Amino acid sequence: MNAILKFILLAIPYFFMVLGIGIYNRVNPTLGGWPFFYWYQLVWIFIAAILTSVVYLLERKDKNLGTGGA
Amino acid sequence: MGSFALEDYVIFFVIVIGVLVAGFLAYFWRKPKTMEDISEWGIGGHRFGTVVVWFLLGGDLYTAYTLVAVPGLASSSGALGMFAITYGIMIYPIVYATMPRMWNVSKRRGYITAADYVKDRFSSRSLAMLIALTGVVAEIPYIALQIVGIKFVMESLAIPATIGLSIAFLLVAGFTFFSGLRAPALTAIIKDAIIWAAVIVIVIYVPIKLGGFAHMFQSAAAINPITVKLSPSLELGYVTLALGSALALFLYPHAITGTLGAKNTKTIRRNSALLPLYNVLLLFVAIIGIAAVVQRGSLYPSSLSSLAFPDVVLKMFPSAFTAFAFAAVVVGSIVPASIMALGSANLLTRNVYYEYINQKASSKTQSWLSRFLVIAIIVLALLFSFIPVASKDIIFLQTFGGAFILQTLPAVYLSLYTRKLNKWAVGAGWLVGLGSALYFLFEIAFASSLYKPLDFIYIGILSLVLNLATVGIGMLIFYLTGKVKNEGIIWDSEFQDFEK
Repeated sequence: MNAILKFILLAIPYFFMVLGIGIYNRVNPTLGGWPFFYWYQLVWIFIAAILTSVVYLLERKDKNLGTGGA
Repeated sequence: MGSFALEDYVIFFVIVIGVLVAGFLAYFWRKPKTMEDISEWGIGGHRFGTVVVWFLLGGDLYTAYTLVAVPGLASSSGALGMFAITYGIMIYPIVYATMPRMWNVSKRRGYITAADYVKDRFSSRSLAMLIALTGVVAEIPYIALQIVGIKFVMESLAIPATIGLSIAFLLVAGFTFFSGLRAPALTAIIKDAIIWAAVIVIVIYVPIKLGGFAHMFQSAAAINPITVKLSPSLELGYVTLALGSALALFLYPHAITGTLGAKNTKTIRRNSALLPLYNVLLLFVAIIGIAAVVQRGSLYPSSLSSLAFPDVVLKMFPSAFTAFAFAAVVVGSIVPASIMALGSANLLTRNVYYEYINQKASSKTQSWLSRFLVIAIIVLALLFSFIPVASKDIIFLQTFGGAFILQTLPAVYLSLYTRKLNKWAVGAGWLVGLGSALYFLFEIAFASSLYKPLDFIYIGILSLVLNLATVGIGMLIFYLTGKVKNEGIIWDSEFQDFEK
């Protein structure tokens, strides 16, 4: 798979975590009583895992990755 | 509550002793032809599959330090404690990008440590030694942190802390001596089962008892608004601390050791996608710190913050569960201490002893030296943990180490992508990075790892920027004088996956 696409998918969380601080450091809107600061990060745990999984699945489709050598 | 009956002690000791025994029995697990081989003893012979590697690497993120220090930070500094989650989110994309390359080259050339790789990449055993020693220096406070993390548990159980800790950790040294990486791998599985069970019970029960999450957050906000959002002046410190810690984690010797234990790169990639799920529990662990604030009715002073987690458990649960949860904390410190000591011992054996003292040392000699070094390192960490000042603010201990280990990033991560980096440029960057980190820490009297004069930026990141700038200037000089060339003896193709 395209190295640039892979890089972008893996880099996305860093933009939202590092540069996004001014946006997510807030209390409202709350979700089920959770301050935004908390539930935003809970959501990002899953988004980040999904992004990495997507890279893995795309790479695996390209070629049979890293099964040898054992 | 808070007083313990005989059966509570039985629960506690059965779990802790059971895990210690499992560490010794790990010697027989997937037993190789010989254990007198540095690769078999030190990295389990590249044998572990997705499940074992999950526990082995998950063990790094989810330790006694996590259970004690993260709620502790939340209890004294509120939302700042969430840095552990932001950090957790940013760990794995880096792992996905770098560690398969590291594994491939290590498998092809028989590397046991990151410094082994640095030596060949730059054709420089001196640079390799600097990287190795940085790793050891950063790792020892991390081990001490595991020990300090359980001191409070021992004290609440009225077990004499110095004797109890010494016995427990000498047994850890003992099982690592015998079983090598197999010991933390096997015990990590048991440890995680116990910790997950304890944490799930706590995070379900405590918010209910405090009137639900919504009510708990409201009460916390009424006590102090920094529990629900960061003070704006700490935003830069928060994100740089999280980013710096994420970049640092897989530069630590123990993380590389765990990674090299994997049987193939598919195992590493899969785990990079799966391990982030650990962060969900980590988030709830941080919230335990907020629960502690609500229960106490005020923020914890930072000198008492390590008591936040034990306080919540002691005050809100029957003593039998408390004994179980405390056993989880103790077990959570044993597994990481084992793999950390092992990773450091491998560095000293391979990149100092073998390289500089005895190049004729056989794999057998190396494996024996590493074994004795494991014991020496754990004893050193024990002594370190008994220094009174170290037991305060224990989370900062790790961030000091993190600031130092971060300075090995150009040598270890950057070099995975280019053969052009010159050892002098990287070495100068390391010197500037380490020197400046020490200077900044001195300037603020080692009170924190956030640098107040510059908007509370994390010192590790500040020094890394200076480090990278030095590497850049160095490379520019080499470029202008026409001296940029391919360095070292590793071919680019050696980073690629093995053909099926």
